[in-house]
Amino acid sequence: MDNSIAHLKLTGTQINYYFLCQRKLWYFAHDIQMEQNNDAVYLGKLIHETSYEREKKEIDIDGTIKIDFIGKDRVIHEVKKSDKVEEPHIWQLKYYIWYLKQKGVEGVTGKINYPKLKKILDVVLENGDMEKIETIMVDINRIITSPLPPVVNRMKICKSCSYGDICWV
Amino acid sequence: MKQNYYIFNNGCLRRQENTIFFEKEDGTRNVIPIENTEAVYAFGEIDFNTKLFNYLAQKGIPVHVFNYYGFYSGSYYPRETLNSGQLLVKQVNHYTNMRHRLALARAFVNGASFNIVKNLRYYNNRGKDLGEYINAIEGYRSRIEESGAVEELMGIEGNIRNTYYKAWPTIIDCEIEFERRVKQPPDNMINALISYLNSLVYTTCLGEIYHTQLNPLISFLHEPGERRYSLSLDLAEIFKPIFSDRIIFTLLNRQQITNKDFMTEVNLCYLNESGRKTVVREYDERLKTVITHKKLERQVSYRHLVRLECYKLVKHLIGEQEYEGFKIWW
Repeated sequence: MDNSIAHLKLTGTQINYYFLCQRKLWYFAHDIQMEQNNDAVYLGKLIHETSYEREKKEIDIDGTIKIDFIGKDRVIHEVKKSDKVEEPHIWQLKYYIWYLKQKGVEGVTGKINYPKLKKILDVVLENGDMEKIETIMVDINRIITSPLPPVVNRMKICKSCSYGDICWV
Repeated sequence: MKQNYYIFNNGCLRRQENTIFFEKEDGTRNVIPIENTEAVYAFGEIDFNTKLFNYLAQKGIPVHVFNYYGFYSGSYYPRETLNSGQLLVKQVNHYTNMRHRLALARAFVNGASFNIVKNLRYYNNRGKDLGEYINAIEGYRSRIEESGAVEELMGIEGNIRNTYYKAWPTIIDCEIEFERRVKQPPDNMINALISYLNSLVYTTCLGEIYHTQLNPLISFLHEPGERRYSLSLDLAEIFKPIFSDRIIFTLLNRQQITNKDFMTEVNLCYLNESGRKTVVREYDERLKTVITHKKLERQVSYRHLVRLECYKLVKHLIGEQEYEGFKIWW
Protein backbone atom coordinates (compact mmCIF):
# COMPACT_ATOMS: atom_id res chain seq x y z
CA MET A 1 0.00 0.00 0.00
CA ASP A 2 1.06 3.53 -0.73
CA ASN A 3 2.51 4.94 2.50
CA SER A 4 0.64 8.21 2.25
CA ILE A 5 -2.69 6.42 2.60
CA ALA A 6 -1.64 3.78 5.12
CA HIS A 7 -2.79 5.95 8.03
CA LEU A 8 -6.16 6.84 6.55
CA LYS A 9 -8.78 4.88 8.36
CA LEU A 10 -11.73 5.32 6.08
CA THR A 11 -15.05 3.66 6.69
CA GLY A 12 -17.29 2.11 4.08
CA THR A 13 -19.79 4.91 4.62
CA GLN A 14 -17.16 7.48 3.70
CA ILE A 15 -16.39 5.70 0.44
CA ASN A 16 -20.10 5.41 -0.23
CA TYR A 17 -20.70 9.14 0.42
CA TYR A 18 -17.75 10.07 -1.80
CA PHE A 19 -19.71 8.73 -4.74
CA LEU A 20 -23.10 9.78 -3.42
CA CYS A 21 -22.44 13.36 -2.37
CA GLN A 22 -19.21 14.99 -1.29
CA ARG A 23 -20.98 17.57 0.86
CA LYS A 24 -22.62 14.80 2.81
CA LEU A 25 -19.18 13.22 3.14
CA TRP A 26 -17.78 16.41 4.66
CA TYR A 27 -20.66 16.94 7.12
CA PHE A 28 -20.59 13.30 8.13
CA ALA A 29 -16.84 13.38 8.74
CA HIS A 30 -17.33 16.41 10.99
CA ASP A 31 -19.96 14.63 13.06
CA ILE A 32 -22.68 16.82 11.71
CA GLN A 33 -25.18 14.07 11.15
CA MET A 34 -28.83 14.45 10.59
CA GLU A 35 -31.29 12.92 12.89
CA GLN A 36 -32.26 9.47 11.83
CA ASN A 37 -35.99 10.07 11.81
CA ASN A 38 -36.25 10.17 8.07
CA ASP A 39 -38.69 7.46 6.92
CA ALA A 40 -36.33 6.13 4.23
CA VAL A 41 -33.51 5.87 6.77
CA TYR A 42 -35.80 4.08 9.17
CA LEU A 43 -36.87 1.61 6.50
CA GLY A 44 -33.25 0.93 5.56
CA LYS A 45 -32.41 0.22 9.17
CA LEU A 46 -35.37 -2.10 9.47
CA ILE A 47 -34.33 -4.04 6.35
CA HIS A 48 -30.86 -4.42 7.81
CA GLU A 49 -32.20 -5.75 11.07
CA THR A 50 -34.80 -8.12 9.70
CA SER A 51 -32.99 -9.66 6.69
CA TYR A 52 -30.58 -12.61 6.87
CA GLU A 53 -31.32 -13.13 10.53
CA ARG A 54 -29.51 -16.46 10.58
CA GLU A 55 -26.19 -14.84 9.65
CA LYS A 56 -23.72 -13.31 12.06
CA LYS A 57 -23.97 -9.70 11.17
CA GLU A 58 -21.98 -6.47 11.34
CA ILE A 59 -18.50 -7.88 11.38
CA ASP A 60 -16.12 -5.22 12.55
CA ILE A 61 -12.62 -5.28 11.06
CA ASP A 62 -10.06 -3.13 12.92
CA GLY A 63 -12.77 -0.74 13.97
CA THR A 64 -12.49 0.61 10.43
CA ILE A 65 -14.86 -1.26 8.18
CA LYS A 66 -18.03 -3.08 9.07
CA ILE A 67 -19.09 -5.94 6.82
CA ASP A 68 -22.80 -6.73 6.91
CA PHE A 69 -22.18 -10.49 6.83
CA ILE A 70 -19.82 -13.04 5.35
CA GLY A 71 -21.12 -15.96 3.33
CA LYS A 72 -19.45 -19.11 2.03
CA ASP A 73 -16.35 -19.10 -0.21
CA ARG A 74 -15.07 -15.74 0.96
CA VAL A 75 -18.06 -13.79 -0.26
CA ILE A 76 -18.80 -10.64 1.66
CA HIS A 77 -22.31 -9.25 1.61
CA GLU A 78 -23.64 -5.75 1.83
CA VAL A 79 -27.38 -5.25 2.39
CA LYS A 80 -29.05 -2.24 0.81
CA LYS A 81 -32.57 -0.98 0.54
CA SER A 82 -32.73 0.28 -3.01
CA ASP A 83 -30.60 0.10 -6.14
CA LYS A 84 -31.44 3.65 -7.14
CA VAL A 85 -27.82 4.69 -6.68
CA GLU A 86 -25.74 1.61 -7.37
CA GLU A 87 -22.33 3.13 -7.89
CA PRO A 88 -21.72 4.13 -4.26
CA HIS A 89 -22.71 0.64 -3.11
CA ILE A 90 -20.37 -1.04 -5.60
CA TRP A 91 -17.40 1.06 -4.56
CA GLN A 92 -18.13 0.56 -0.89
CA LEU A 93 -17.84 -3.17 -1.46
CA LYS A 94 -14.81 -2.90 -3.73
CA TYR A 95 -13.17 -0.94 -0.97
CA TYR A 96 -13.90 -3.73 1.53
CA ILE A 97 -12.35 -6.28 -0.82
CA TRP A 98 -9.34 -4.01 -1.30
CA TYR A 99 -9.05 -3.51 2.45
CA LEU A 100 -9.08 -7.24 3.15
CA LYS A 101 -6.48 -7.71 0.42
CA GLN A 102 -4.20 -5.27 2.25
CA LYS A 103 -4.63 -7.46 5.30
CA GLY A 104 -3.50 -10.44 3.27
CA VAL A 105 -6.93 -11.97 2.69
CA GLU A 106 -7.00 -12.96 -0.97
CA GLY A 107 -9.76 -14.23 -3.21
CA VAL A 108 -12.60 -12.25 -1.68
CA THR A 109 -15.60 -11.32 -3.79
CA GLY A 110 -18.70 -9.37 -2.92
CA LYS A 111 -22.44 -9.42 -3.31
CA ILE A 112 -24.85 -6.56 -2.79
CA ASN A 113 -28.17 -7.85 -1.54
CA TYR A 114 -31.33 -5.92 -2.12
CA PRO A 115 -33.79 -8.07 -0.17
CA LYS A 116 -36.74 -5.81 -0.89
CA LEU A 117 -36.08 -6.03 -4.63
CA LYS A 118 -35.08 -9.70 -4.47
CA LYS A 119 -31.98 -8.76 -6.38
CA ILE A 120 -28.30 -9.58 -5.95
CA LEU A 121 -25.39 -7.79 -7.58
CA ASP A 122 -21.92 -9.34 -7.88
CA VAL A 123 -18.88 -7.22 -7.20
CA VAL A 124 -15.26 -8.06 -7.95
CA LEU A 125 -12.08 -6.03 -8.12
CA GLU A 126 -11.32 -5.36 -11.76
CA ASN A 127 -8.17 -4.20 -13.45
CA GLY A 128 -7.31 -0.70 -12.35
CA ASP A 129 -9.69 -0.73 -9.36
CA MET A 130 -6.85 -0.98 -6.83
CA GLU A 131 -5.26 2.18 -8.20
CA LYS A 132 -8.61 3.92 -8.38
CA ILE A 133 -9.37 3.13 -4.73
CA GLU A 134 -6.04 4.55 -3.66
CA THR A 135 -6.69 7.75 -5.61
CA ILE A 136 -10.16 7.98 -4.09
CA MET A 137 -8.75 7.63 -0.58
CA VAL A 138 -6.36 10.52 -1.10
CA ASP A 139 -9.20 12.58 -2.52
CA ILE A 140 -11.50 11.78 0.42
CA ASN A 141 -8.78 12.86 2.77
CA ARG A 142 -8.41 16.11 0.89
CA ILE A 143 -12.17 16.75 1.11
CA ILE A 144 -12.64 15.98 4.78
CA THR A 145 -9.60 17.91 5.93
CA SER A 146 -10.55 21.04 4.02
CA PRO A 147 -12.09 23.72 6.26
CA LEU A 148 -15.34 24.03 4.35
CA PRO A 149 -17.74 21.54 2.83
CA PRO A 150 -17.40 21.42 -0.98
CA VAL A 151 -19.98 23.17 -3.11
CA VAL A 152 -22.19 20.64 -4.82
CA ASN A 153 -24.97 21.25 -7.30
CA ARG A 154 -28.51 20.38 -6.38
CA MET A 155 -29.20 16.86 -7.52
CA LYS A 156 -32.28 14.70 -7.85
CA ILE A 157 -31.38 12.80 -4.68
CA CYS A 158 -31.24 16.03 -2.65
CA LYS A 159 -35.01 15.88 -2.46
CA SER A 160 -34.99 12.75 -0.35
CA CYS A 161 -31.70 13.38 1.47
CA SER A 162 -31.83 13.95 5.20
CA TYR A 163 -29.07 16.57 4.79
CA GLY A 164 -31.21 18.61 2.40
CA ASP A 165 -32.36 21.01 5.11
CA ILE A 166 -28.88 21.98 6.20
CA CYS A 167 -27.47 22.08 2.68
CA TRP A 168 -30.04 24.32 1.09
CA VAL A 169 -31.43 26.48 3.88
CA MET B 1 -44.90 15.29 12.26
CA LYS B 2 -44.37 14.27 15.86
CA GLN B 3 -46.75 15.63 18.47
CA ASN B 4 -46.32 17.45 21.72
CA TYR B 5 -48.25 15.98 24.65
CA TYR B 6 -49.70 18.42 27.15
CA ILE B 7 -50.81 17.02 30.48
CA PHE B 8 -53.07 19.20 32.59
CA ASN B 9 -54.49 16.55 34.90
CA ASN B 10 -52.94 15.24 38.06
CA GLY B 11 -51.80 11.66 38.01
CA CYS B 12 -48.98 9.36 37.21
CA LEU B 13 -46.89 9.09 34.05
CA ARG B 14 -45.10 5.81 33.81
CA ARG B 15 -43.63 3.18 31.60
CA GLN B 16 -44.82 -0.37 31.61
CA GLU B 17 -42.83 -2.56 29.24
CA ASN B 18 -42.50 -0.36 26.16
CA THR B 19 -45.68 1.57 26.60
CA ILE B 20 -46.13 4.90 28.28
CA PHE B 21 -49.32 5.52 30.19
CA PHE B 22 -50.75 8.53 31.81
CA GLU B 23 -52.91 7.35 34.66
CA LYS B 24 -55.32 9.89 36.03
CA GLU B 25 -56.29 10.04 39.68
CA ASP B 26 -59.57 8.30 38.93
CA GLY B 27 -57.66 5.35 37.47
CA THR B 28 -58.39 5.97 33.78
CA ARG B 29 -55.43 5.44 31.52
CA ASN B 30 -54.26 7.17 28.38
CA VAL B 31 -51.54 5.71 26.23
CA ILE B 32 -48.91 8.07 24.84
CA PRO B 33 -47.59 6.80 21.50
CA ILE B 34 -43.87 7.08 22.09
CA GLU B 35 -42.71 6.91 18.47
CA ASN B 36 -44.87 9.86 17.64
CA THR B 37 -43.96 12.08 20.59
CA GLU B 38 -41.82 15.15 20.28
CA ALA B 39 -41.99 16.41 23.87
CA VAL B 40 -44.12 16.13 27.00
CA TYR B 41 -45.41 19.23 28.78
CA ALA B 42 -46.30 18.59 32.39
CA PHE B 43 -48.72 21.15 33.85
CA GLY B 44 -50.48 18.95 36.37
CA GLU B 45 -49.13 17.39 39.51
CA ILE B 46 -47.50 14.26 38.16
CA ASP B 47 -45.53 11.30 39.47
CA PHE B 48 -42.87 9.83 37.22
CA ASN B 49 -40.85 6.63 37.43
CA THR B 50 -37.16 6.13 36.58
CA LYS B 51 -37.98 3.52 33.97
CA LEU B 52 -39.89 6.23 32.18
CA PHE B 53 -36.93 8.59 32.11
CA ASN B 54 -34.65 5.86 30.79
CA TYR B 55 -37.09 5.20 28.01
CA LEU B 56 -37.55 8.89 27.22
CA ALA B 57 -33.76 9.29 27.04
CA GLN B 58 -33.53 6.39 24.64
CA LYS B 59 -36.12 8.01 22.43
CA GLY B 60 -34.71 11.53 22.90
CA ILE B 61 -37.91 13.02 24.29
CA PRO B 62 -37.66 15.96 26.70
CA VAL B 63 -40.16 16.67 29.48
CA HIS B 64 -40.91 20.30 30.30
CA VAL B 65 -42.23 20.92 33.79
CA PHE B 66 -44.41 23.84 34.88
CA ASN B 67 -45.33 24.77 38.42
CA TYR B 68 -48.74 25.27 40.03
CA TYR B 69 -49.00 28.79 38.59
CA GLY B 70 -48.11 27.57 35.09
CA PHE B 71 -44.64 29.09 35.23
CA TYR B 72 -41.82 27.16 33.61
CA SER B 73 -39.70 25.28 36.16
CA GLY B 74 -37.29 23.30 34.03
CA SER B 75 -36.78 20.51 31.57
CA TYR B 76 -35.71 16.93 31.68
CA TYR B 77 -33.20 17.07 28.83
CA PRO B 78 -32.15 13.58 27.71
CA ARG B 79 -28.54 12.68 27.14
CA GLU B 80 -27.13 14.32 24.02
CA THR B 81 -26.66 11.90 21.16
CA LEU B 82 -25.67 14.26 18.39
CA ASN B 83 -22.27 15.60 19.33
CA SER B 84 -19.59 17.18 17.24
CA GLY B 85 -16.39 18.16 19.02
CA GLN B 86 -15.24 20.31 16.15
CA LEU B 87 -18.49 22.23 16.06
CA LEU B 88 -18.41 22.75 19.82
CA VAL B 89 -14.94 24.27 19.57
CA LYS B 90 -16.22 26.62 16.87
CA GLN B 91 -19.25 27.56 18.96
CA VAL B 92 -17.03 28.43 21.90
CA ASN B 93 -14.69 30.43 19.64
CA HIS B 94 -17.60 32.46 18.39
CA TYR B 95 -18.47 33.33 21.96
CA THR B 96 -14.97 34.23 23.11
CA ASN B 97 -14.07 36.27 20.04
CA MET B 98 -15.91 39.57 20.59
CA ARG B 99 -16.15 40.42 16.90
CA HIS B 100 -17.68 37.04 16.10
CA ARG B 101 -20.00 37.18 19.07
CA LEU B 102 -21.25 40.65 18.16
CA ALA B 103 -21.98 39.59 14.60
CA LEU B 104 -24.26 36.83 15.84
CA ALA B 105 -25.86 38.96 18.57
CA ARG B 106 -26.63 41.65 15.97
CA ALA B 107 -28.21 39.06 13.70
CA PHE B 108 -30.53 37.94 16.52
CA VAL B 109 -31.61 41.49 17.40
CA ASN B 110 -31.95 42.35 13.75
CA GLY B 111 -34.19 39.39 12.99
CA ALA B 112 -36.25 39.80 16.16
CA SER B 113 -36.87 43.51 15.61
CA PHE B 114 -37.67 42.97 11.94
CA ASN B 115 -40.41 40.57 13.00
CA ILE B 116 -41.63 43.04 15.61
CA VAL B 117 -41.96 45.78 13.00
CA LYS B 118 -43.73 43.33 10.72
CA ASN B 119 -46.34 42.74 13.44
CA LEU B 120 -46.85 46.47 13.87
CA ARG B 121 -47.17 47.04 10.13
CA TYR B 122 -49.77 44.30 9.91
CA TYR B 123 -52.03 46.14 12.37
CA ASN B 124 -51.11 49.52 10.94
CA ASN B 125 -52.49 48.35 7.61
CA ARG B 126 -55.69 47.38 9.37
CA GLY B 127 -56.57 50.83 10.58
CA LYS B 128 -54.60 51.05 13.82
CA ASP B 129 -52.44 54.11 13.95
CA LEU B 130 -49.01 52.73 14.83
CA GLY B 131 -46.83 54.92 12.61
CA GLU B 132 -44.99 56.66 15.44
CA TYR B 133 -44.02 53.36 17.08
CA ILE B 134 -42.83 51.93 13.78
CA ASN B 135 -40.70 55.00 13.12
CA ALA B 136 -39.24 54.94 16.61
CA ILE B 137 -38.32 51.26 16.29
CA GLU B 138 -36.82 51.76 12.84
CA GLY B 139 -34.71 54.48 14.44
CA TYR B 140 -33.40 52.04 17.04
CA ARG B 141 -32.89 49.38 14.39
CA SER B 142 -30.60 51.65 12.39
CA ARG B 143 -28.24 51.62 15.37
CA ILE B 144 -27.88 47.84 15.50
CA GLU B 145 -25.10 47.65 12.93
CA GLU B 146 -22.96 50.31 14.59
CA SER B 147 -23.31 48.93 18.12
CA GLY B 148 -19.89 48.17 19.53
CA ALA B 149 -20.70 45.85 22.42
CA VAL B 150 -23.25 43.25 23.39
CA GLU B 151 -24.45 45.36 26.35
CA GLU B 152 -25.17 48.22 23.97
CA LEU B 153 -27.07 45.84 21.74
CA MET B 154 -29.07 44.62 24.73
CA GLY B 155 -29.90 48.27 25.44
CA ILE B 156 -31.15 48.81 21.90
CA GLU B 157 -33.16 45.62 22.14
CA GLY B 158 -34.68 46.85 25.43
CA ASN B 159 -35.67 50.15 23.84
CA ILE B 160 -37.27 48.35 20.91
CA ARG B 161 -39.27 46.11 23.22
CA ASN B 162 -40.45 49.00 25.41
CA THR B 163 -41.63 50.94 22.37
CA TYR B 164 -43.27 47.81 20.99
CA TYR B 165 -45.15 47.16 24.23
CA LYS B 166 -46.37 50.77 24.30
CA ALA B 167 -48.13 50.02 21.02
CA TRP B 168 -50.02 47.06 22.44
CA PRO B 169 -53.00 48.94 23.91
CA THR B 170 -53.64 50.28 20.38
CA ILE B 171 -53.38 46.81 18.81
CA ILE B 172 -55.55 45.08 21.35
CA ASP B 173 -59.21 45.97 21.09
CA CYS B 174 -60.38 45.20 24.59
CA GLU B 175 -59.73 47.32 27.62
CA ILE B 176 -56.37 46.26 29.00
CA GLU B 177 -54.17 47.37 31.75
CA PHE B 178 -50.65 47.16 30.35
CA GLU B 179 -48.00 49.77 30.80
CA ARG B 180 -44.81 47.88 30.98
CA ARG B 181 -43.42 44.40 30.98
CA VAL B 182 -43.28 42.89 34.44
CA LYS B 183 -41.94 39.40 34.99
CA GLN B 184 -41.37 37.23 38.00
CA PRO B 185 -44.17 37.45 38.83
CA PRO B 186 -46.36 39.02 36.14
CA ASP B 187 -48.78 41.59 37.53
CA ASN B 188 -51.56 41.69 34.95
CA MET B 189 -53.23 39.73 32.17
CA ILE B 190 -50.92 40.76 29.36
CA ASN B 191 -47.79 40.12 31.35
CA ALA B 192 -49.14 36.75 32.40
CA LEU B 193 -49.82 35.85 28.76
CA ILE B 194 -46.38 37.02 27.64
CA SER B 195 -44.64 35.05 30.37
CA TYR B 196 -46.58 31.91 29.67
CA LEU B 197 -46.19 31.97 25.90
CA ASN B 198 -42.54 32.96 26.03
CA SER B 199 -41.82 29.93 28.17
CA LEU B 200 -43.51 27.77 25.54
CA VAL B 201 -41.39 29.35 22.79
CA TYR B 202 -38.31 28.77 24.94
CA THR B 203 -39.08 25.06 25.29
CA THR B 204 -39.75 24.74 21.55
CA CYS B 205 -36.33 26.25 20.78
CA LEU B 206 -34.64 24.03 23.35
CA GLY B 207 -36.31 20.97 21.85
CA GLU B 208 -35.10 21.84 18.36
CA ILE B 209 -31.54 22.61 19.52
CA TYR B 210 -31.54 19.13 21.04
CA HIS B 211 -31.98 17.62 17.57
CA THR B 212 -28.85 19.35 16.29
CA GLN B 213 -25.15 19.36 17.21
CA LEU B 214 -25.40 22.81 18.80
CA ASN B 215 -24.69 23.14 22.48
CA PRO B 216 -27.62 24.83 24.24
CA LEU B 217 -25.42 26.36 26.96
CA ILE B 218 -23.31 28.59 24.74
CA SER B 219 -25.15 31.68 23.56
CA PHE B 220 -24.20 34.94 21.91
CA LEU B 221 -26.76 37.65 22.65
CA HIS B 222 -27.60 36.43 26.13
CA GLU B 223 -24.78 35.69 28.52
CA PRO B 224 -24.17 31.96 28.84
CA GLY B 225 -24.57 30.51 32.26
CA GLU B 226 -26.75 33.36 33.43
CA ARG B 227 -29.47 30.84 33.81
CA ARG B 228 -30.88 27.91 31.91
CA TYR B 229 -29.98 26.99 28.36
CA SER B 230 -29.25 30.44 27.05
CA LEU B 231 -28.88 29.58 23.36
CA SER B 232 -32.58 28.85 23.57
CA LEU B 233 -33.14 32.44 24.72
CA ASP B 234 -31.20 33.76 21.72
CA LEU B 235 -33.30 31.77 19.28
CA ALA B 236 -36.53 32.59 21.12
CA GLU B 237 -35.95 36.31 20.47
CA ILE B 238 -36.45 35.71 16.78
CA PHE B 239 -39.59 33.64 17.18
CA LYS B 240 -41.41 35.38 20.04
CA PRO B 241 -42.98 38.04 17.80
CA ILE B 242 -44.18 35.36 15.36
CA PHE B 243 -45.22 32.57 17.73
CA SER B 244 -46.09 34.33 20.96
CA ASP B 245 -47.13 37.94 20.34
CA ARG B 246 -49.38 37.18 17.39
CA ILE B 247 -51.25 34.62 19.46
CA ILE B 248 -51.80 37.14 22.24
CA PHE B 249 -53.26 39.71 19.83
CA THR B 250 -55.49 37.12 18.19
CA LEU B 251 -56.78 35.56 21.39
CA LEU B 252 -57.62 38.90 22.98
CA ASN B 253 -59.11 40.49 19.88
CA ARG B 254 -61.34 37.48 19.27
CA GLN B 255 -62.15 37.45 22.97
CA GLN B 256 -61.08 33.83 23.22
CA ILE B 257 -59.25 34.86 26.36
CA THR B 258 -60.96 37.13 28.85
CA ASN B 259 -60.81 38.08 32.52
CA LYS B 260 -62.30 34.79 33.60
CA ASP B 261 -59.24 32.90 32.28
CA PHE B 262 -57.01 34.45 34.91
CA MET B 263 -56.55 34.21 38.63
CA THR B 264 -55.29 37.18 40.52
CA GLU B 265 -53.55 37.12 43.84
CA VAL B 266 -51.75 40.00 45.52
CA ASN B 267 -49.43 41.49 42.85
CA LEU B 268 -49.67 38.29 40.89
CA CYS B 269 -51.70 37.36 37.88
CA TYR B 270 -51.62 34.02 36.17
CA LEU B 271 -53.64 31.93 33.74
CA ASN B 272 -56.03 29.42 35.22
CA GLU B 273 -56.49 25.98 33.76
CA SER B 274 -59.03 26.93 31.11
CA GLY B 275 -56.86 29.88 30.08
CA ARG B 276 -53.78 27.70 29.80
CA LYS B 277 -55.63 25.16 27.71
CA THR B 278 -56.88 27.82 25.29
CA VAL B 279 -53.39 29.26 24.91
CA VAL B 280 -51.68 25.89 24.53
CA ARG B 281 -54.22 24.78 21.93
CA GLU B 282 -53.61 27.92 19.91
CA TYR B 283 -49.85 27.59 20.33
CA ASP B 284 -49.86 23.98 19.22
CA GLU B 285 -51.93 24.89 16.16
CA ARG B 286 -49.43 27.59 15.33
CA LEU B 287 -46.48 25.17 15.52
CA LYS B 288 -48.20 22.87 13.06
CA THR B 289 -49.07 25.60 10.58
CA VAL B 290 -47.18 25.11 7.34
CA ILE B 291 -45.77 27.63 4.91
CA THR B 292 -43.83 27.19 1.69
CA HIS B 293 -40.17 27.78 2.34
CA LYS B 294 -38.68 29.99 -0.34
CA LYS B 295 -35.23 28.49 -0.33
CA LEU B 296 -36.09 24.86 0.32
CA GLU B 297 -39.05 25.01 -2.06
CA ARG B 298 -41.16 22.78 0.07
CA GLN B 299 -43.69 23.01 2.87
CA VAL B 300 -42.32 23.40 6.36
CA SER B 301 -44.08 23.86 9.68
CA TYR B 302 -43.53 26.83 11.95
CA ARG B 303 -41.81 24.49 14.38
CA HIS B 304 -39.44 23.30 11.70
CA LEU B 305 -38.44 26.91 11.06
CA VAL B 306 -36.73 26.80 14.45
CA ARG B 307 -34.75 23.71 13.45
CA LEU B 308 -33.74 25.38 10.20
CA GLU B 309 -32.56 28.35 12.24
CA CYS B 310 -30.29 25.94 14.15
CA TYR B 311 -28.89 24.62 10.88
CA LYS B 312 -28.22 28.17 9.72
CA LEU B 313 -26.29 28.73 12.94
CA VAL B 314 -24.27 25.56 12.33
CA LYS B 315 -23.41 26.80 8.86
CA HIS B 316 -22.35 30.15 10.26
CA LEU B 317 -20.16 28.52 12.91
CA ILE B 318 -18.34 26.32 10.43
CA GLY B 319 -17.87 29.37 8.20
CA GLU B 320 -20.00 28.17 5.35
CA GLN B 321 -22.69 30.82 5.27
CA GLU B 322 -23.22 33.99 7.27
CA TYR B 323 -26.14 33.74 9.68
CA GLU B 324 -29.08 36.02 9.20
CA GLY B 325 -31.93 35.91 11.69
CA PHE B 326 -35.20 34.58 10.35
CA LYS B 327 -37.36 37.30 8.84
CA ILE B 328 -41.01 36.62 8.34
CA TRP B 329 -41.94 37.09 4.70
CA TRP B 330 -45.68 36.67 4.71
